[in-house]
Amino acid sequence: MDWLSSHWRTVLDLAVSHLYLAGLPLVLGLVISLPFAWAAKRWRGSYAAVVTSTGLLYTIPSLALFVIMPLVLGTKILDPVNVLVAMTIYTVALLTRTVADGLLSVPDHVEQAATAMGYGALRRLFGVELPLAVPVIAAGLRVAAVSNVSIVSIASVIGVSQLGNLLVDGYRRIIWGELWTGIIACLLLALALDALILVVSRLLTPWQRTAGGRA
Amino acid sequence: MINSLLQWFTDPTNWAGADGIPHRLLQHLWYSLLAVVVAMVIALPLGLWIGHSGRGRWLVSTANSLRAVPTLGLLFAVSLWVGPIFRGDLAFLVPAVFVLLLLAVPPLLAGTYAGVEAVDPAARDAARGVGMTGWQVLRQVELPCALPLVMSGVRTAVLQVVATTTIAALIGLGGLGRYLIDGIALSDYARAAGGALLVGLLAILLEGLLALLQRRLVSPGLTGGNRAVGGRGKDSGNAPVEATDSSAGDATGSHDPRVRA
Repeated sequence: MDWLSSHWRTVLDLAVSHLYLAGLPLVLGLVISLPFAWAAKRWRGSYAAVVTSTGLLYTIPSLALFVIMPLVLGTKILDPVNVLVAMTIYTVALLTRTVADGLLSVPDHVEQAATAMGYGALRRLFGVELPLAVPVIAAGLRVAAVSNVSIVSIASVIGVSQLGNLLVDGYRRIIWGELWTGIIACLLLALALDALILVVSRLLTPWQRTAGGRA
Repeated sequence: MINSLLQWFTDPTNWAGADGIPHRLLQHLWYSLLAVVVAMVIALPLGLWIGHSGRGRWLVSTANSLRAVPTLGLLFAVSLWVGPIFRGDLAFLVPAVFVLLLLAVPPLLAGTYAGVEAVDPAARDAARGVGMTGWQVLRQVELPCALPLVMSGVRTAVLQVVATTTIAALIGLGGLGRYLIDGIALSDYARAAGGALLVGLLAILLEGLLALLQRRLVSPGLTGGNRAVGGRGKDSGNAPVEATDSSAGDATGSHDPRVRA
């Protein structure tokens, strides 16, 4: 507590960077996974290939991916872009499967009804299929959010600042207050992102709420 | 950059001795195996019991909530706390393996519990109906039926452990992570990138091997797309479950949605 009261400004700054490094890739990853998921649904035979190959990216350990990024992107090792791209890759790896499953969970008769009402493929995707897939997509996003917050802290090892700095510094100088502050701040950030996605998903699906309330 | 990387890989001094690639690779595999096997001994019977009896579900949700704790923080806290109790090499080994174990248990527990839980009640009733005892139902019906989800838990756990073993080099553990950590510390990028490539390849290789193992172990009766769980909604054709089932990877602290109980 003593440590926190004298360092809260630093903690706040680091938390903002942490949120940026973990949050922006969530949005980017969602946008990028959409066409993959759409393709997996449109050409059903490609489902296994798309989901397996994107999922395989998730097996690469994070520290290794952070270190390989400069080699692939031609960036400097200290560049935060490495972390942003790596986190986006992880998000795409997690979300492609979820978004594809979400799109596939839309009942056939609903899609046929939309087509019969004159919806084109694109309008049907954004007006009918995606909104109905929101609960499934949100569940995947929550998993990705919690995962991203934990992984981003490892970027301190390659010198990109965020809450992980408190963990590394607290460990090296054996300052328990700093180490605990880092762990708890990461936890709170993960829980906050998780709650935010839950709230947004509830707001986007008002029909679910009424159905749930009456059941 | 590519040239120095090639140089690092072809330098014979990097292939011999205690800091050579073969020795580091074996270390990495040994620590990972140790953690996963001990975690399986703890988590599999426990998960089977929870799924079979329906009691103690809170254990699964408690283990799951552990996953939001940052891996790096857990590693450092346990190392500072447990490390001083031991002497010599054990001061590094014990806290690191303990953390690896801690990270491997939740996916194993969740996968096993969810697998048994999701067994078709009709199959369970039929087994009871033909006179099987509780133990026989568990061993001959529930366990084989739960195997796809159990294996998905195993794969998540293995990848989690292999990834975390890499960063455990920060608290003094050996293994391939040494190249990454030492390379970064010495600004020797070739060494760090070489280590990173090795770790990435190792993870992908293990994932492939486990997927093959799963294909051999799971009864063909289960892979016809006729599963009680799995959120694929509509008929997904005849694609075998395991063939589409490889996002189980969990690099460093996240988890696979499908093994969430």
